[in-house]
Amino acid sequence: MSTTIFKQEFGMHLRSVITWSVAIVAIMLLYFSIYPSFARDAELLSKMMTRFPKELLNAFGLSGVDLSTLLGYFSFVYLYVQIMLAIQAANYGVGLVSIEEREWTADFLLTRPVARHQIMTSKLSAALTSMVITQAVVWISTFGCLIAFKGDKTFQADILILLLLGLIVFQLFFLTVGLVISLLVRRVRSVTPYALALGLGLYVLSAFGDMLGESKFELLTPFKHFNPHYVVQHGAYDLPLVMISVAAIVISVVASYWLYLRRDIPAVA
Amino acid sequence: MSVIEASHLTKYYGKARGILDVSFQVEEGEIFGFIGPNGAGKSTTIRLFLSLIYPTSGTATIFGKDAIRYGPELRQEIGYLPSDVFYYERMKVIDLLNYSASFYNRDCTRRLHELAGLMELDLHRRIEDLSYGNKKKVGIVQGLLHQPRLLFLDEPTAGLDPLMQRKFFQLIQQENQRGVTVFFSSHILSEVQRLCNRVGIIKEGRIIEIADIHTLQQNNYKKVRVVADGLDPAHFDLPGVTGLEHHNGVVRFFFKGDINAVMRRIGEITVSDVTIEEPTLEEIFMHYYE
Repeated sequence: MSTTIFKQEFGMHLRSVITWSVAIVAIMLLYFSIYPSFARDAELLSKMMTRFPKELLNAFGLSGVDLSTLLGYFSFVYLYVQIMLAIQAANYGVGLVSIEEREWTADFLLTRPVARHQIMTSKLSAALTSMVITQAVVWISTFGCLIAFKGDKTFQADILILLLLGLIVFQLFFLTVGLVISLLVRRVRSVTPYALALGLGLYVLSAFGDMLGESKFELLTPFKHFNPHYVVQHGAYDLPLVMISVAAIVISVVASYWLYLRRDIPAVA
Repeated sequence: MSVIEASHLTKYYGKARGILDVSFQVEEGEIFGFIGPNGAGKSTTIRLFLSLIYPTSGTATIFGKDAIRYGPELRQEIGYLPSDVFYYERMKVIDLLNYSASFYNRDCTRRLHELAGLMELDLHRRIEDLSYGNKKKVGIVQGLLHQPRLLFLDEPTAGLDPLMQRKFFQLIQQENQRGVTVFFSSHILSEVQRLCNRVGIIKEGRIIEIADIHTLQQNNYKKVRVVADGLDPAHFDLPGVTGLEHHNGVVRFFFKGDINAVMRRIGEITVSDVTIEEPTLEEIFMHYYE
């Protein structure tokens, strides 16, 4: 670990952390500000929703969800927070070392007296710190919104904490898988398409799988591993599925170090 | 003990050739010129020593230690100036240089400002606003600020105006007088001729000659020019003659061997002018590449 690199990297993430945090707070406020009217007309809404095709409800994560309860409603908002956090983490992961190669600054960094594993560890720590800060904002805004808009309703704080804790592993999945992908391709020309493809792609897979009623996709996408409806209904995670995410993280981290330590840094053509 | 040693160093990029069986040594305090055309393997060799890339086979050692295994520790003493310089565009020059300095286990502040002053570098501009030549100056300061004992310069003068080139050469010579060993890759022979003690010539990934720069010039070829009326170039068709040219009564050629053979031939005819001189490195170099 090199504190010099950590500071530099974190400095480079800072603006993005602020942007994502503001976006997440905005979307939470937006959704929660309409919650009171949802809750008021809950009966009407439930009746209306039974008329929608099941596939459509599945795709938007609305199947079997009672939107009138606070946690039910939150699990619907949670999905959008998940998508944003997924893209943020994938962005950090894909860009972690590939940006240096794309902008040709890798030569500078790697000719300093530091080992590659130190570079990797410092960069990962900086990305992790950035994600943790974003998640802290999610925690604060979640509790803030729930308390501000709950009206006379109550919610189970332990389930809420469980949901929020899951975000850490969820983001780690996108960070590390993004990283290993960036090291497997020859050259990442632009980070954003990869990050969007990974973040949105796995969301679509989860939604699409719902539509088809195909459960095999559950194995692949962390949107399924960390499905909020399951947590709200059971008060616990679907542990075997969560373990798939954990395994993917471990494999990705090991593979990333292995690949990076052996990588030939491309020269300016 | 050699400062740099390559031993049967080979690098393939997949199936593409990088360098093949490259072996050489550079002694302490030398300025070693590494010449060859684009794509010959100059940068590949330097990048192997900096462990930016890993060899397919063979070993690279610096100060007697394996360049890869002891890379981080060795790089405390290594300065590197690439041919194309790229830095974090959004940073200010001073921030980049301080960032660089923070990696070394010594205080670089004084030397940093000394070098920036010498190179007339504006420290408070952003990297993205700098011209190519100014980025190059950042590169020079960055490569020297930690007072390394070994310098890798990869075609360093590209993008520097003549005045800055001169300053740069003076700087390198001063560093060398302090005992710094310099590995200087270039395809501009006049600068190698001016600066280096020894040269290695690389062609298509292989070292084809390593020689003292003076030996290279003296022992090998003479450049001969003879002016005479009605001269038949066949008159100089001797063993050891190459590049024979005839143009308007002027015959030019390169000769390797006993110069008396040429002198006798010249003595047989009436000439209006004769010059026999050492070829420039450029001409020797072209010869190697034909």
